[in-house]
Amino acid sequence: MLKRSKSAVSALGLLLLAGTAFAQDAEPIRLGVLEDQSGDFALATIGKVHAIRLAAEEINAAGGIDGRPLELVEYDTQSDNTRYQEFMRRVLQRDKVDAVFAGFSSASREAYRPIVNQFDGLAFYNNQYEGGVCDANMIVTGAVPEQQFSTLLPYMIEKYGPNVYTIAADYNFGQISAEWVRNIVAENGGSMVGEEFIPLGVSQFSQTIQNIQGAKPDFVVTLLVGTAQSSYYEQAGAANLNLPMASSVNVGQGYEHRRFTPPSLKDMYATVNYVEEIDSPASKAFVEKFRAKFPDEPYINQEASNSYAAVYLYKQLVERAKSTGLGDIRKVIAAGDVCVDAPGGQMCIDPKSQHVSHTIHLAHVTGDHSIEFPAKWDAIKPYWLGEAGCDLTESDPSAQYTPSNPPPAKG
Amino acid sequence: MDVFNLIFSFLYQFGDAFAFLVLSACGLAVIFGMMGVINLAHGEFIMCGAYVSTSAAQAGLPLALAIVAGAVAAGIAGMVVELLVIRPLYQRPLDTIVATWGISMIVTQGTLIVLGPSMQGVGTPFGSFAMGGYSYSAYRVLLMAAAVGTLGLLWLMFTRTRFGLLSRATIQVPHVAEAMGVNTNLIYSLTFGLGAALAGLAGGLYAPTMTLVPTMGASFMVEAFVTVVVGGADIFLGTAPAAVVLGVIKAALTGWQGQLAGQIGLLIAVIVVIRILPRGISGKILKERA
Repeated sequence: MLKRSKSAVSALGLLLLAGTAFAQDAEPIRLGVLEDQSGDFALATIGKVHAIRLAAEEINAAGGIDGRPLELVEYDTQSDNTRYQEFMRRVLQRDKVDAVFAGFSSASREAYRPIVNQFDGLAFYNNQYEGGVCDANMIVTGAVPEQQFSTLLPYMIEKYGPNVYTIAADYNFGQISAEWVRNIVAENGGSMVGEEFIPLGVSQFSQTIQNIQGAKPDFVVTLLVGTAQSSYYEQAGAANLNLPMASSVNVGQGYEHRRFTPPSLKDMYATVNYVEEIDSPASKAFVEKFRAKFPDEPYINQEASNSYAAVYLYKQLVERAKSTGLGDIRKVIAAGDVCVDAPGGQMCIDPKSQHVSHTIHLAHVTGDHSIEFPAKWDAIKPYWLGEAGCDLTESDPSAQYTPSNPPPAKG
Repeated sequence: MDVFNLIFSFLYQFGDAFAFLVLSACGLAVIFGMMGVINLAHGEFIMCGAYVSTSAAQAGLPLALAIVAGAVAAGIAGMVVELLVIRPLYQRPLDTIVATWGISMIVTQGTLIVLGPSMQGVGTPFGSFAMGGYSYSAYRVLLMAAAVGTLGLLWLMFTRTRFGLLSRATIQVPHVAEAMGVNTNLIYSLTFGLGAALAGLAGGLYAPTMTLVPTMGASFMVEAFVTVVVGGADIFLGTAPAAVVLGVIKAALTGWQGQLAGQIGLLIAVIVVIRILPRGISGKILKERA
């Protein structure tokens, strides 16, 4: 694959000083922002950068974090894993930021995570993903499989039937998520009739569609990532595949229902912790603020909401710790009561895994591509890591676990 | 009955892969295969065709005309690029890599900044048809016909028109052509424009079936380069047979083991061909003929 890389490094040091509200000696808190503002993932991640800018502006207008202004240090990681490593070193070593908000794809998170460990920094990963990262240097505000699939798959099996076909992006996210799907389908009395992994960047799905038709599933789990792979929906619609779909990653991230002509996403069900269609006062207020600052934003997705809420989580952590030191912040997390009201519902940090609980909304795409919410689950905890034996309050393995590779039993 | 369905579904999948390979590669075969310019901005000409044809279709133009408009727009863009950037680089193929790569990055990022991260598509026309338990998209059959039709028209253009004659003469022996009174600068420009227009045509034809984003051209690049490298310099003796061979490999492997196997198959095919036929299929045929 030809990658666009090198050069064109847009290093934007954004000073978001609202007026002159801060005392002369208040040293800014510096927040590194490493997100893909160009390349294959930019569509889903530009909104995250905007959300972080919005939150920083609000916080600075209201007096900053503990009286100190919040300053953003932004780099465009270009949907390229090596850029993540390069810029993660730069923000931690040269820019000396206090915390970093970084990453869309799981491949890029795993690329930068060892560097955060090496410099003992603090990174927020504000993205839904395949779960399992047990690392004291990371706080994960995105939803994980036990939150998304343990709600979604029983609903789908009951409504449409037990035969499931998974198509997933072929890298750590897709592979591990597909493992979760297999396990949860089996636990709920369903069976897998097929599974296919699609390399990132593939855009032609004719044969895949035919393979699905041959296997006759009751519904298809789509775990497609990147803009090239989202061509699947248009092509499946054109071939009249006409099967219900379930996803942990589509709609909430890439707003496929807005980009493709109806009815290609008809009967897509996705479990999200936020999408802009959520009809609650908090969500409406968030959409209004967001569009006031970024009127051309095509869609306010789940990851934008997570990023926005994460800035407020960080604010609360620093103010309660009275420090930006990782040790002090983790003492506050260990108290177990760090919560914010995010646009989609309350989020609380789980001290064992440093993941957050979410309100999970079931988004159903109708024939005309509007969204309805047939179900909602409150305060769904990221329980799996803690139950499997990850406890960051006691030890920090800095590892990623999966159901087939759980944390080692304590001996 | 079952055998018939099996054969039909394989032919459909083969035709689908063949159409994608031919349409992706035609423009590159002219610019890279014939002219020797290693055009890394090929995908951006495709994207240009897709964006222009979609905008035209949304403005109310019938889809067929909109696709032609996309091809024309990409062709004009190609002639501008040829005039401003490529012209001094004809004897420096490695430098064309850097120049066209730069154009590619500028266009991709410029589109992202100016037009945003995505564009609403027009939807695939003509619906679907069913055969033996499977349903197929009718538009993709039209894409197969378009691929064959494009090859036919190109053959007529290069062998039966004065432009085709002058173009082949200019590229084979530029100084003699110039001495005979051919305006070689104009011919270079038109030939490059033709290659870009073919890329735009591919973009226009595939636009209704794909996600429209600034980076969409990248997903055509592997198939385009693999086909042109396997085929060699000649479009008719190279690109067409290469697309047949690669189409069979891709359809068979994807049907058997999924998309990953299909991609691996394409890349292994190109490695094998480079090893045993360094000048591609057409180089082999032309050598034997000589």
